[in-house]
Amino acid sequence: MSSIIELNGVSKSFGGVKANADISMKVEKGGITGLIGPNGSGKTTLFNSIVGYHPIDKGSIKFEGQEISKMLVPEIARLGLLRTFQTTRIYGAMNCVQNMLISLPHRKMSLMDALKRNTREDYERAEHLLEFVGLYEKRNLRSGSLSFGQQKLLEFAMALMNEPTVLLLDEPTAGINPTLINGLIDRLKRANSEFGITLLIIEHNMRVIMNMADTVYCLAHGEMLASGKPEDIQDDPRVIDAYLGAH
Amino acid sequence: MNKALLYIAIIAFTIVAPFLFPAYNTQLATLWLMIIVALSWDMTGGQMGYNSLGNIFFYGTGMYVAAVVTIGLVYNVGEYTAASGGGIYEWTPTQYYTGLALSLIAAGLFCSLCAIIIGYLTFGLRGPYFAIGTLGVAIAAGELVSNWDWVGGGQGISMPSPPGDFENFKFLIYFLYAATGVALFMFCKWLYSTRFGAAINAIRDDEEKAEAMGIHTLRYKLVAWAMSAFFVGVAGAISAFQLIHFEPLETAYQTINLGIFMVVCVLLGGKGTLWGPVIGAIMFHVFKELTWNYFLGWQWVALGALIVVVVVYFQDGLMGWLATKKPEWFGETIEEKPVEAAQ
Ligand SMILES: Nc1ncnc2c1ncn2[C@@H]1O[C@H](COP(=O)(O)OP(=O)(O)OP(=O)(O)O)[C@@H](O)[C@H]1O
Ligand SMILES: [Mg+2]
Repeated sequence: MSSIIELNGVSKSFGGVKANADISMKVEKGGITGLIGPNGSGKTTLFNSIVGYHPIDKGSIKFEGQEISKMLVPEIARLGLLRTFQTTRIYGAMNCVQNMLISLPHRKMSLMDALKRNTREDYERAEHLLEFVGLYEKRNLRSGSLSFGQQKLLEFAMALMNEPTVLLLDEPTAGINPTLINGLIDRLKRANSEFGITLLIIEHNMRVIMNMADTVYCLAHGEMLASGKPEDIQDDPRVIDAYLGAH
Repeated sequence: MNKALLYIAIIAFTIVAPFLFPAYNTQLATLWLMIIVALSWDMTGGQMGYNSLGNIFFYGTGMYVAAVVTIGLVYNVGEYTAASGGGIYEWTPTQYYTGLALSLIAAGLFCSLCAIIIGYLTFGLRGPYFAIGTLGVAIAAGELVSNWDWVGGGQGISMPSPPGDFENFKFLIYFLYAATGVALFMFCKWLYSTRFGAAINAIRDDEEKAEAMGIHTLRYKLVAWAMSAFFVGVAGAISAFQLIHFEPLETAYQTINLGIFMVVCVLLGGKGTLWGPVIGAIMFHVFKELTWNYFLGWQWVALGALIVVVVVYFQDGLMGWLATKKPEWFGETIEEKPVEAAQ
């Protein structure tokens, strides 16, 4: 396997806060990589750096071999590197189907294509993916009226609609009813195996990450603390310390 | 079917109205002007979430483009304005109508170009900053033009008088506005049904999310504003011919009158809807005419009170109010998946 995302010595500070310090990591193509760490350890900041949300202070970020650390958010997204937000973001005033249609990949879309209507196939894909995440019945409701968990599912479906190569998910199971988490894990795995999407997942729920990831990276205080196979990370005393120490 | 009938009825009324009520010809023309500026304001304000207070810039610029094109086609613009009525300037009907036709197109295109340039400079601003930034552009433009002698400075500039019967000319002006208004309405109806329409809605609802999803946000914002500016510019050009003489601050770049009215129209009718700006423009125009006729002296107070009431109690306008009262009219339903499709 080859790596599709490569970070080398990435640093990012906010004033005096070193949110990320000299982070290096690799995301394997076609795999599921986990990113864990206590609250405030810099996970979301690292996602933001990767997708171009803010300029990084130092280091290099490569996607499919191309340096992307100087590129803008929409440009990176159009390369097929997509993220979901920790605080779910959907278009609340639109219904679910509209949310899906707006998420069609604009990667290949010229202005002329944009000035066309959505096709029958676009609608079918939207409905198919809504069904995939279990929101088919709610498809004509204003998405803002959905519950928090349903909005997370919708955001996930929107990301799939965009046909990304890599999907960065910021705490996909946070706020989801525990009885539904298994279903979500199953869907994430299918997105990876059936649609071939490489996943990089921030997660606090250890059961979820141990169940899914092939490789896990652990951050603490903005630094890369440990990385390796889930079972090794789980037993790593430094990781256990970091989590216990954070409480 | 019912919808088609409704549209036919509206078009038919549009065509016969000036003949039925010839005394109200100018009123009806102004109503169409309001509809045009309200609909174009809503393209960016309501549909895209960029509340420009500077769209009047395109109106004023459209007027001046019309003047420069029509005069410049036959005479030297600088000499014409310097003479300010002193010389004898005549236009043959052919020259006049050629100037008119070219003016409309030139005003639209030039304003689109201006929108792209101003957009590059101001689309980094959000919310109230964008509103104030664009207002600043319109105010500055008015001041610059009123100090620019080549186009007549603060005195303003005069268009050639229309050839032929003046009553007929009024019909021509009415139908120019009406045709532009109908074309704009159909354009919006089409545009909002496309992916582009959905994309500008996404920018309105959450621009950061739209960027994160790879939407060409800047490109779409520029194109949307350029489209909007085109129609405002055309409306300005028609106004230039209608008014014959106009001044930069009072008429062309009239930030506190038309510049604000167009926003009020949209708020009244309902932002971000196709019919809202049209209905709002009609409501506003009727209200304005009534107060200007029956509450003279208090008309600005009445107008201010109306704005306060709308902003405080009916922020989403008539259409928004209907949408909350009758959501089913707007297609909000829970639908079970049909059984056969579930397999
Ligand atoms: N925009 C910002 N401005 C200033 N400080 C920031 C900003 N974003 C993050 N930080 C700081 O950077 C540090 C890391 O924050 P980050 O959101 O990356 O943590 P996290 O690992 O995602 O935590 P959580 O698990 O709670 O989501 C925190 O101390 C936070 O206060
Ligand atoms: Mg976080």
